[in-house]
Amino acid sequence: MNISAYLDRFGLLAVGLVAFAAVLLALYGLAELASRRDRNRAVAFVFLAPAVLFLLIGLVYPAVRTVVMSFYDAKSENFVGLDNYVWAVTDPDALQILVNTAMWIVIVPLLSTALGLVYAVLIDGRAGEKVYKALVFLPMGISFVGASIIWKFVYQYNGAGGEQIGLLNQVVVWLGGSPVNWLNESPWNNLLLMVVLVWIEVGFATVVLSAALKGVPTEIVEAARIDGASPSEIFWNVTVPSIRSAIIVVAVTVFIATLKLFDIVRAMTQGHHGTDVLAHNMVEQAFRLFERGRGATLAVLLFLLVVPVVIYQVRNMRRQEMETR
Amino acid sequence: MSTRTADQAARIGETRGERLRRVLSSRAASVVAIVIAALWTIPTLGLFVSSLRPDEDIRTTGWWNFFADPGSVSLYNYNYVLYSDSQGGGLIINLINTVVITIPGVVVPVAFAAMAAYALSWIKFRGRNLLYVGIFALQVVPLQMALIPLLSIFSSGLHIGGMTIIPAWDLEGVNTLIQVWIAHSIFGLPLAIFLLHNFMRELPGDVMEAARIDGASHSQIFRKVVLPLVTPAIASIAIFQFLWVWNDFLVGRTFAPGEATRPLTAVLGDMAGTWGFGWTRLPAAAFIAIVVPLVVFLLLQRYFVRGLLAGSVKG
Amino acid sequence: MSKTRRISCLAAAASVLALAAAACGAPEEEDNDRGAVPDDATDCANYEQYGDLEGETVTVLGSIRDAEADEMTEAWEYFQSCTGATVEYEGTGEFESDMAVRVDGGNAPDVALFPQPGLMSNFTDTLVPASEELTALTTEGWTEDWVNYGTVDGTLYASPHSSNAKSFIWYSPSFFADNGYEVPATWDDLIALSDEIAASGVTPWCAGFESGGATGWPGTDWIEDIVLRESTDLYDQWVTHEIPFNDPQIVAAIDKAGSVLQNEEYVYGGTDTISATAFQEAGFPIIDGGCAFMRQASFYGAMWPAGTNVAEDGDVFAFRFPETNEGDNTMLVGGEFVAAFSDSEATEAFRQFLASELYHNARLQTGPWSTARQGVDPANATTPINQFATEILTDPAVTVRFDGSDLMPGAVGASSFWTGIIQWVDGDKTSQQMADDIEASWP
Repeated sequence: MNISAYLDRFGLLAVGLVAFAAVLLALYGLAELASRRDRNRAVAFVFLAPAVLFLLIGLVYPAVRTVVMSFYDAKSENFVGLDNYVWAVTDPDALQILVNTAMWIVIVPLLSTALGLVYAVLIDGRAGEKVYKALVFLPMGISFVGASIIWKFVYQYNGAGGEQIGLLNQVVVWLGGSPVNWLNESPWNNLLLMVVLVWIEVGFATVVLSAALKGVPTEIVEAARIDGASPSEIFWNVTVPSIRSAIIVVAVTVFIATLKLFDIVRAMTQGHHGTDVLAHNMVEQAFRLFERGRGATLAVLLFLLVVPVVIYQVRNMRRQEMETR
Repeated sequence: MSTRTADQAARIGETRGERLRRVLSSRAASVVAIVIAALWTIPTLGLFVSSLRPDEDIRTTGWWNFFADPGSVSLYNYNYVLYSDSQGGGLIINLINTVVITIPGVVVPVAFAAMAAYALSWIKFRGRNLLYVGIFALQVVPLQMALIPLLSIFSSGLHIGGMTIIPAWDLEGVNTLIQVWIAHSIFGLPLAIFLLHNFMRELPGDVMEAARIDGASHSQIFRKVVLPLVTPAIASIAIFQFLWVWNDFLVGRTFAPGEATRPLTAVLGDMAGTWGFGWTRLPAAAFIAIVVPLVVFLLLQRYFVRGLLAGSVKG
Repeated sequence: MSKTRRISCLAAAASVLALAAAACGAPEEEDNDRGAVPDDATDCANYEQYGDLEGETVTVLGSIRDAEADEMTEAWEYFQSCTGATVEYEGTGEFESDMAVRVDGGNAPDVALFPQPGLMSNFTDTLVPASEELTALTTEGWTEDWVNYGTVDGTLYASPHSSNAKSFIWYSPSFFADNGYEVPATWDDLIALSDEIAASGVTPWCAGFESGGATGWPGTDWIEDIVLRESTDLYDQWVTHEIPFNDPQIVAAIDKAGSVLQNEEYVYGGTDTISATAFQEAGFPIIDGGCAFMRQASFYGAMWPAGTNVAEDGDVFAFRFPETNEGDNTMLVGGEFVAAFSDSEATEAFRQFLASELYHNARLQTGPWSTARQGVDPANATTPINQFATEILTDPAVTVRFDGSDLMPGAVGASSFWTGIIQWVDGDKTSQQMADDIEASWP
């Protein structure tokens, strides 16, 4: 390793950033030209072109390819119709994966949002609020790989007789119990893995919801209080409705993150002991077992699971447009 | 502070019993808040303490034993992972790779997303909502399924029939990092557009209208009116994207293969050696990887909060 | 302290303030049996046959990482400086998926070190078959058993690289000497000795199957060792699925393994700890008399805690997994295979180099390693255990069979077999149930 290694990289970075600035300037100039002629479509085109181009190449094309592949066999050679889908909903292992995924996408967004909201309410206006928030947000900055290492020191099991290096088992021992091989205990191990994701996502929920809470007009809260509403009534009837859209953003974001979850399962159980989920098994099938068709099918199921959220989002948008009109 | 005035307002006219209940519940609230904060911090604390212990201790006893014998601090693992010439060490170059990957990996998608979000929220054209919903839905395309097609476009180009739409890139060495920038930009766009669109839509329409009447073009409104208003939102999305790019390893290792261009996180998992025997190095390495995003977040927290505040208040 | 090192220090201090406290200086290299490249491998005259490869680059992907990778690339050093070629090695912990993504994405490495022949057979569409010269080198350098494992459908694609002797049982020579025990020669002797040790109050066996992403594989090796010793033919039929996985003979073999692994009297810490005990550390109790045996491959020699004397007259050593039938002489093996996705001149030269006796002798000396390359001198190995392993592996009289789970389809060998063995050892499934389930998962 020498200085030129650093220069190479930073040189590339500099060139890249300058080139990007040039592209932005060019786009801006184009947009300006189009605007002068007052042509909305042309302006929109310029504004959207880079993003849409990137998305077409990097996401739309792969998505279409995946859908096509899901109707083909393991080597993507022969058309097999719905065989892979039949496999996904009849094979006991695949069913287990679907059930697990269903648990994840219900429990994790619910728990993360709820805990985030409770915590945000609890620390709102409290001395040291920033510190409280930073402590809980801390896990957000940690990679999944890092998180798995961290939680290894919590769930590790070292045999009934041995010295425990996992915190959870040590606590059990201190309380007089005998240690448990947590990650092998199906179905509870699923919950333990979810705890890791909740641990990461609550910080995000707290920060967003706490910001939203500060925006709730105090007059409304006061008015409710003077009318004799109890704190829980105020919470449910005033606070929650006022920050509804923030709650939805949090829930949707966590939902999608949960659906795509791969790393935690990969690093902690590899999907063994009944802990496999869609996104992880998809990678297993596609890249390790060379079952490309099945892998693609699981990916399509992932898309399908998001459809309800998309529909909800569309209706939400329609409604808001009606309101603004 | 608004909450404080609310508190004072509530105090007027409350009975003794009500006051007692309020103080009690405030105590309980404190306890619950402290418990949550502690639970959330302990695992990371464990990692930090572990990273300072000698290998043998990490292997055989729990990290909490450290407090019984704080003299056993060892910086050996930090030293090893940062500076060793062997494959499991020398993270410095990987740290630099991560920095070089991260900066464009944040700037590019956020800039493009801001433009796209503006068009989607304030320029009227047919199919706008459909396009927005489509982009929203793209969030769920699993990254892993996009790796192969994108990689093959980079390495052999894109051809339809006999026509070459995109030629092969043939990048080598450090230059393969460009592919990582592009890949990160692509994968970051849907979420960034979704969040920014949420913020921009909430901007007051009359301000835009006024600017239009004054004869401002879309590009001028975007630059002079919208961008300043959504700066906090952009900052918070940039922080998101930063965390994601910094912590990613799959994209980095796929699009810039070779030891020389690996980001920090890609090395993390492999540090333990062929048979996973060196896992005691992982705490130190993981902590190095964590420090930077944490510092960045703590420094920029203010912007983060302000940005989110701007977007998500209105019901 | 060199100048560049100081710059690294500055960079480190600047980017990771919190860590500036870490002393900036080279960590002291441990003396872990690392040797140097031997003299005749440093003589450029020995590389002339590969020609002038100035400016050429060969990219190599493998699953070997960390210190082992350093030792390996050290043995490549003189190939690079004498021919002028650059070899870029990359080690990955996710070899299978990295390979799949890169090959499908049209970005395959020039050379891949496949740890499993079964995995390699998935890539024959894009692999470059061995040239005539390489085929000659390979058939001259390895026994037929080995050459077969590098061959798919009659075409030789890869020459072997490292080889591990897997049928090893680790024990403590000093513990044996103190108690007057002798190394057992047959399975029955082994069980008799286990009973004797158990009666003396020591749990005879240590076992640990936890291995992160591959948890369970140490257990599959157990079953393979037993099946192989029932009969080589049975082993071949089983691995190639000529007989079903739940054939009564296989179920009997699993039960036989169970007579050790499911025996509460036998297993250190109790049978329920096996699935969660990291295989890397599972054998440590042998050192202080906690248990007497652990079945694990020759590479386990590198995992003992620092200061352990791994030698025939030391703290720990290994003996060969005993035969069941008299006159058999079998060894379960593992290892890598060198396959190529490029037919460039440099790649071809590098493949030939990796198949040469010169390289294998040199690699033996750069660090703990063992090989099945005919003609090497086992005494070149840096540790007694690797010398022992290399002696066995290069002995043409030994019948060699490759790790069966690596030959079975991925859905079995790297998935349901691992899972099954864990459920079995946890007591959640009987031998019959486990075999039935694995049979059902066979694609």
